[in-house]
Amino acid sequence: MTITASDEALTADGSELVRAGGGGPAGKRIVVAYGFWIFILSDMVMFSALFATYAVLSGNTAGGPTGAELFNLRNVFIETVCLLLSSYTCGLGALSAERRQPGRFFVFAALTFLLGAAFLIIEATEFARMVQTGAGPSRSGFLSAFFALVGMHGAHVTSGLLALIYLAAQVIAKGLRPAVLRRLLCWSLFWHALDIVWVGVFTLVYLMGVHH
Amino acid sequence: MSDNYEQVFDDRVPGVEEHEATAGYLSYTIGFALAIVATLASFIVAQTNLIWAPGVPVGLIVLALAQIGVHLVFFLHLGSDRDSTNNILALAFGMLIVLLIIAGSVWIVSNLNSNMMPM
Repeated sequence: MTITASDEALTADGSELVRAGGGGPAGKRIVVAYGFWIFILSDMVMFSALFATYAVLSGNTAGGPTGAELFNLRNVFIETVCLLLSSYTCGLGALSAERRQPGRFFVFAALTFLLGAAFLIIEATEFARMVQTGAGPSRSGFLSAFFALVGMHGAHVTSGLLALIYLAAQVIAKGLRPAVLRRLLCWSLFWHALDIVWVGVFTLVYLMGVHH
Repeated sequence: MSDNYEQVFDDRVPGVEEHEATAGYLSYTIGFALAIVATLASFIVAQTNLIWAPGVPVGLIVLALAQIGVHLVFFLHLGSDRDSTNNILALAFGMLIVLLIIAGSVWIVSNLNSNMMPM
């Protein structure tokens, strides 16, 4: 690409024009994060189909238990705080990694993992209790949609935890080099996005379910 | 640390800047505090009797949207800087699709339900 005078690459005093396209190609980190952001948005579209299914089926209890009878808001609140705290420690861990502080990074990564695991254990216990009391996914349309939506979120959290183990092993083996830092950046985007999905889940499924 | 310094930059490519997008601890802490406040408010709104009952779902939706905004700005660092422009455009398109799928489904099925024969 040739730069002509009309491209306005330089302002009158010679300083670089800082606006889209004016500063040359974006850094690799920016491009990688953008690509991963597109993936996250496509994941959001997939979740929106499950949210729509739940919204449509939430009243179809087929004479079975309703959300107000099944949900324990105290547990949901603990789950929410666990996930929110793990999003926070994930952010602090990403910051430590960027500043090349491996010790702090491992502490925050371990905290993120433990909080995510605590969330999953509470959720799995709730699921097991519901299935045992005859409120499994085959009981009603409402429960099918509930297990599909909340279970899909739980499956994402599980895969996130597995990916975190894999990335921690990479940091041990390769150190905090730029390629590993980019993977950590993508992972933290994924983890924060899961927290955003959970905001939708606890609002639409649990709080509105108990309110009705 | 000094012998690690060599390998830190070993796979740099042209176009990679050294100090890109370093958000502070403060940003995450503010975001966490705001998100906790929104979460607490949601749980209180859902269970209190002080609010007119039909207004509760609207309040919950507003609080959820506010919390999603907090997450996007303070955790995912979507801002007004130059590097965020493409991310925000993609997000706007994604939100359009999400809105179409959810609102469209609810609208269509509630219409079908209201036209059902009484059973």
